[in-house]
Amino acid sequence: MSTLQVQSHGVAHHDHDHEHHHNETFLTKYIFSQDHKMIARQFLITGIIMAVIAMILSILFRIQLAYPDKAFPLLETLLGRFAPGGRLDTNFYLSLVTIHGTIMVFFVLTAGLSGTFSNLLIPYQLGARDMASPFMNMLSYWFFFIASVIMMGSFFVQKGPAGPGWTIYPPLSALPKAMPGSGEGMTLWLISMVFFIASQLMGGINYISTILNMRTKGMDLWKMPLTIWAFFLTAVLGLLAFPVLVAGVVLLIFDRSFGTSFYLSDIVINNQQMSFEGGSPILFQHLFWFLGHPEVYIVIMPAMGLVSEVMATNSRKPIFGYHAMVYSLIGITVLSFIVWGHHMFVTGMNPFLGGVFMITTLIIAVPSAVKTFNWLATLWRGNIRFTPAMLFSIGFVSFFISGGLTGIFLGNAALDINLHDTYFVVAHFHLVMGSAAIFGMLAGVYHWFPKMFGRMIGEKLGYLHFWLTFIGAYLVFFPMHFMGLDGVPRRYYSFTEIESLKQWVSVNTFVTWAAIMSALAQVAFLVNFFYSIFFGKKATQNPWESTTLEWTTPVEHIHGNWPGEIPTVYRWPYDYSKPGHDTDFIPQDVPFSQTLTSNLPHDFEDNPVGLEEHKNWVNTQKSNEEVK
Amino acid sequence: MAQIQQDKNKLNLTPRRFNMWIFIFTSFMFFAALTSAFIVYSGGKGHALNVIMPQVFMFSTAAIVLSSVTMFLASQAARRLQVAKQRTFLWATFVLGIIFLIAQIYGWYILTFRMGVYFSNPNASQSFIYVFSGMHLLHILAGLVLLIISLVGTYRNTPQAINLFRMEMGSIFWHFVDIIWIYLYVFLLLNQN
Repeated sequence: MSTLQVQSHGVAHHDHDHEHHHNETFLTKYIFSQDHKMIARQFLITGIIMAVIAMILSILFRIQLAYPDKAFPLLETLLGRFAPGGRLDTNFYLSLVTIHGTIMVFFVLTAGLSGTFSNLLIPYQLGARDMASPFMNMLSYWFFFIASVIMMGSFFVQKGPAGPGWTIYPPLSALPKAMPGSGEGMTLWLISMVFFIASQLMGGINYISTILNMRTKGMDLWKMPLTIWAFFLTAVLGLLAFPVLVAGVVLLIFDRSFGTSFYLSDIVINNQQMSFEGGSPILFQHLFWFLGHPEVYIVIMPAMGLVSEVMATNSRKPIFGYHAMVYSLIGITVLSFIVWGHHMFVTGMNPFLGGVFMITTLIIAVPSAVKTFNWLATLWRGNIRFTPAMLFSIGFVSFFISGGLTGIFLGNAALDINLHDTYFVVAHFHLVMGSAAIFGMLAGVYHWFPKMFGRMIGEKLGYLHFWLTFIGAYLVFFPMHFMGLDGVPRRYYSFTEIESLKQWVSVNTFVTWAAIMSALAQVAFLVNFFYSIFFGKKATQNPWESTTLEWTTPVEHIHGNWPGEIPTVYRWPYDYSKPGHDTDFIPQDVPFSQTLTSNLPHDFEDNPVGLEEHKNWVNTQKSNEEVK
Repeated sequence: MAQIQQDKNKLNLTPRRFNMWIFIFTSFMFFAALTSAFIVYSGGKGHALNVIMPQVFMFSTAAIVLSSVTMFLASQAARRLQVAKQRTFLWATFVLGIIFLIAQIYGWYILTFRMGVYFSNPNASQSFIYVFSGMHLLHILAGLVLLIISLVGTYRNTPQAINLFRMEMGSIFWHFVDIIWIYLYVFLLLNQN
């Protein structure tokens, strides 16, 4: 009886929710929405817009690198004082590099990736009605939006946006008079990042709290899909790392505006000795990279989670080594906090300390390799469906391998003396965290598009998008390795000014055209994406025949996700192609009592009653066979 | 049905309580970063702190420790449904918080105008005193806001579950802010030579 009462209560409660849903105004539904699905879509579309902007910025400086001595009158028309005479201003070139990096790392691959998929999938895959604190979730998006607007706004100040690079090392970032990019643009950069960090912390607190407190019945930690594990550990990383950046930025602001000397010492501007004494710019690097290194894992881990899920679904096989996948994510999380020194090998670091950081850095290769081999083993003899999402996942693994290998070179304290600040570094991180993470994100977009918008995204344009981007990205970043080995430094404005760099202009021209091709490929994606939102084929409830809970929700989004009770979870999320079952997937909410033909003894590891039942059933089957 | 209703409230509040703990964790990381920065910085030549902490910091420490005691008494009263007592102890906590705030600012005055230890200082180790206490004061302000929210609740007819929840949020944060100040103060005392 008591069960009955609880159920009836649940239904009554839902009806109430439903009314609420109908009373929503445009403002509460689309703008200040507290619904995790809407917030996810807001993050995704804002992220895509920011990504397009950052991509256009990269094309601008690529044109400069390919044709350093040529004037393009069109640029002056478009950019005005930033491109006098049709040639990019030198300071604006630095600003372009800085803002491209900042937007891509923070706004696209941190907020755009985690914000979209954590918000979408955490409640869906865990069986929760919404996030732990929907209001804070809404604030998280709007702080992100404000941060984006301020960052873009810095293009409209007199001296242009921030220019000291995305790592904002002092003294350039601490002295407003050091160069045009250190002025108001830098101030706006700092304000924007304060909003951004607040947004990330609010989001992260919500993700962790939801994952630990709001899982549906039966969903223990070891039944969570790898996506959720990845989002969880990413949020933990963010919460531990971002406060340290805040500390670093607070001290930087004091140096900029209050005359302290945390980072500044012996500065001369325009032949004038400044009053700063005794500061240590290395201190900033320590604080920055204590965030900065975990940040690259904040970027890559959600992509890893998405790829694991997409690969298992489209190989029609359980993910290979589920536990190993989780432990390697945990390993990466822990290790990421003790490797930051590898960004600072050439700061005059004690060689012994350098050795320690080198060892910890190289150890990260172990969990990374575990993951890579597990992905490959998941593909091995799978019944692979080459959907666009699957192709992007395979692309992710490809970039992760080719970019990860160069990380072993860079993590070596002795080799890094040669390679530091060269195009080798640019090639390395653009492959391993740039291309790989964006491929993971695109895999997620293609895979969960039906869940987000209720329609299918076009496949043909998806394939075109994949192949052009995949080939384009390799054509862009592969040649950069050779430039780096030759000692070509990053962030140089004009290669024709320096004798030893002249020979590389032809390579730059090639890379620029490859970059333009990849950029045009994104047009295919944008057309496909926005067209499919409105005119795509209507999606079915479970288009990829997947096992996780989000595919048990109705196609039409409703407040509270499930119309009736939240489903109970009985099994792990990777029951694909289980021998003895009539379909090649068994959703998580199907109890073992309904799948007698495919049950195995190890399905009942911590369930002696179930095991007994299973044995009885097997014995009965056997005796029936004998009778026949 | 009443049982179910209560369960639902519990379900709603647990994740929020959890949120507070996670936030405290991020705050802790922030102060850990600042003190680590101090350690890295003061390792440099001629960067020793060399400031004897002003006496008033001793006084403010006493005030905030005492405020933690009154906060505890207030929560206890709230749990026993003694609203008047809860209100009194909340006010006591609030006043002690204000006293702490004033004492800290007075401490800055002593440092700057009596001892000549300026914020804008070629030895940034000394600037760190201001950064530590200033960033801590921001947390005190946030704590005072939480106290006010609990206080306002005692003047209105707030359901006990909400009242207790607010008290809990306030006291978790207030005790944390207290502990952080003791940590920072002991850290500075250990490094003052």
